[in-house]
Amino acid sequence: MDFMVLVQVLESTMRLATPLLFACLAGLISERAGVFDIGLEGKMLVAAFMAASIAFVSGNVWIGVAAAVGVSVAMSLMHGLASITFRGNQLISGVAINFLAAGITVVIAQNWFRQGGRTPSLSGDARMARIDLPFAEALRDVPVIGPIYHGILSGHALLVYVALLCVPLTWFMLFRTRFGLRLRAVGENPAAVDTAGVSVVGLRYGAVAICGVLCGLAGAYLSTGLSAGFVKDMTAGRGFIALAAMIFAKWRPWHAMGAVFLFGLLEAVANRFQNIDILGVNLPVQAMQALPYILTVVILAGFVGKAIPPRAGGAAYVKEH
Amino acid sequence: MSRGRIPHWADVTLVPLASVFLAFVISGILIWAIGESPWAAMKLMVEGAFGSSYGWGYTLFYATNFIFTGLAVAVAFQARLFNIGGEGQALLGGLGVALVCLYIPWPHWSLALIAASLGAAVFGAGWALIPGYLQAKRGSHIVITTIMFNFIAASLLGYFLVNVLRPQGAQDPSSPRFPSETALPKLHEILGVFGIPFSTVPPVNISLLIAVGMCFAVWFMLWRTRLGFQIRAFGESEPAAEYAGISPVRITVYVMLISGALAGLMAVNSVMGEQQRLVLNAVEGAGFIGIAVALMGRNHPFGVFLAAILFGFLYQGGAELALWTGIPRELIVVIQALVILFTGALDNMVRIPIARIFAMRGAR
Repeated sequence: MDFMVLVQVLESTMRLATPLLFACLAGLISERAGVFDIGLEGKMLVAAFMAASIAFVSGNVWIGVAAAVGVSVAMSLMHGLASITFRGNQLISGVAINFLAAGITVVIAQNWFRQGGRTPSLSGDARMARIDLPFAEALRDVPVIGPIYHGILSGHALLVYVALLCVPLTWFMLFRTRFGLRLRAVGENPAAVDTAGVSVVGLRYGAVAICGVLCGLAGAYLSTGLSAGFVKDMTAGRGFIALAAMIFAKWRPWHAMGAVFLFGLLEAVANRFQNIDILGVNLPVQAMQALPYILTVVILAGFVGKAIPPRAGGAAYVKEH
Repeated sequence: MSRGRIPHWADVTLVPLASVFLAFVISGILIWAIGESPWAAMKLMVEGAFGSSYGWGYTLFYATNFIFTGLAVAVAFQARLFNIGGEGQALLGGLGVALVCLYIPWPHWSLALIAASLGAAVFGAGWALIPGYLQAKRGSHIVITTIMFNFIAASLLGYFLVNVLRPQGAQDPSSPRFPSETALPKLHEILGVFGIPFSTVPPVNISLLIAVGMCFAVWFMLWRTRLGFQIRAFGESEPAAEYAGISPVRITVYVMLISGALAGLMAVNSVMGEQQRLVLNAVEGAGFIGIAVALMGRNHPFGVFLAAILFGFLYQGGAELALWTGIPRELIVVIQALVILFTGALDNMVRIPIARIFAMRGAR
C-alpha cells in the first residue's frame, strides 16, 4: 500500500467515522442515564431523510440539519415516553423505532418526490460545504505534515469537526459538571438520585433528548455531507456499529472516538479493497465487514476486558410509595 | 404492575386487539395524509389477501414464515430472553437447507424435506447457541450479541454465496438451483388429493403443515413437559427457579437452541419451498416480524398462529396495495412498527385504561 493510498483511506476514515461518532456518543449519553437505545439506527435514518428533503426544498443545508435534529428529538421523546413514562421495554421500543423509520421514510419519500423512496440528489448550498482548515494550502507540499494536515484533516464538512469537538464536550459534561454526575448516577442507582431530591424522570428525558440531537446530526451528515441525498435504508447498520463501538469503548467518550475510528477505518478499507492480504492470509471483504461485530461480541464475552454497562440500564425507575 | 386487575381473557384478547386497532388507526391517518383513501386501501388489502385462493395462498405462505419466526421469539420470551437474532438464525438455516439440497442427491422430496428440516434446525440452533452460551456463562447481553450475530450471519452468507456456492461464471451472488427432486409439494397439490381446487400460483407448500405442527409441539413442550415448566418458571423468576434446582445456564442454552432451530426452520418454507435456491436476502425481514408476531400473540403458540395470519394478510395485502395504488410496500413496515410499539413498549398505555374500565365495573 503506497503512501498516497494510505492518505486517501485515512481521509475516507475521517468521513465514515463522523456519523458513527455522533451516534456512538448519543447512545453513550442515553445509556449512561440508564436508558438503553437500540433505536439509534432509526433516528439516524429519519434524520437523514429529513435533512435531505428539507435541504432540497429550501436549498439551504442548515435548515435541513435543523429539521433533522427536530425529528430525531421527537423520536427520542417517543422512546422516552415508552420507556420512561410508561415503563415499557426499552429494547422493544428501540426495535419499533427502527422499523418505524425504515417504513415511514420510504412512504413519505415516495409521496413527496416520487423517485422510488429517495430524495432528488442535492447540489450547491443544499449540501454541506467542505471547509479548508487555515494554512492547509500553504502546508500542502511540506513532507509528512502536508499530507496529514491537507490530505486527511482538512477539507471536510463542518459537522466532521463538530463531531470531534463533541468528544471532549461529552467527557466534560459527564465527568466535570453537576448535570453529568447526576446523569451517571441515574444510570447506576436511580433510587439514590431520587432520595437526593433530583428528578429521575427529568434527568432521563434530558439524556434522551441529547441523544436525539446527536442522532439528528449523525443522520444529517450522512445524507448531506457524506452523500448527496437520501436513499432507502441508507444508514445500513451504522446505528448498530455505533452501538457496538459504544460497548467496545465501555461507555467512555475518548475510547468511543478510538472505537469509531477503528470501525471507520475497517469500512474505508473494505470500500477500497475487495480482498486484502495480511501476512499471507487472504482476508475477504466480508470478514472486514463483520469484524466490528465480532470484536464487540468478544468484548461482551469478557475475554478481553469486561464491558460492564451502567447498572440501572434497561430498567424503568419505579418510585417507592 | 396493573396486570392483576384485568381478567385473563381480557389480557389475552382485549389488550392485543386494542393495540392492533391503534396501529391501524395511525396507519390509516398516514394513508390519508399521503392523499389516499384509508377505507379503499383496507378494502383492497382484504380483497387481495382473502378474496381468492390466489390471495389466500400468498397470505398463508407469508404466515408460514412468520409462524416459525414468531414461535422462535415466543419461546425465548417465555424464559424472558429477547432473541432478536431470528433474522441471522434463519439466514443460517437457509445455508443448512442449501447444503443439504445441493450436495446430497435425494431420490424423493420427502427424504429431502426431513434432512433439510434437520439441516435448517441444526444451523439455526448452532447460530443461537453462541449468544445463548455467552449470556448464560459470561453474562453478555443477549439482545446485543444476537444483533451482532445478525450482521455476522449476513457477512458469512455473503462470503458463502460469492466464494463457495455461486456457480462458475454466474454474476449474482446466489447458489445454483436445487435439483427438482427436492421441490416441495404445494398446497394445491395436497388439496387436490381431496378434490379441493386451489390456485397453483402461490408458493404456499407443505411447510405450512410443519409450521402448524410446530405450534402444537411448542405448546406441548411449554405446558406439558418438565423442560417447559422449567423454562416458564425461569421466565417468571430466575432466583426462584434457581432455588428450585433449575440451572439457569442449562435453561438459557436450551431455550436458545430451540428458538434458533425454530427460526432456522423458516428457511424450509422460503428457500426450499419457494426460491429453490439460496439468495442473499432469503429472509427478507421475517426474523424481525417474528418479534411483532410473538408480542401480539402473547407468546402463546395459538396467539402466534393468529398473529402470523394477520401479518401474512398485511404482507399479501401490502403487496396488492403497492401494485394498484401509490402506497409503497413499506407501509406494512410502518404498521409492523406500530404493532411492536403498542403491544411491546407502550403496553401499559393500552393496558391502564382497560384496567380502569374493569376497575369501574368491579366497583359497581
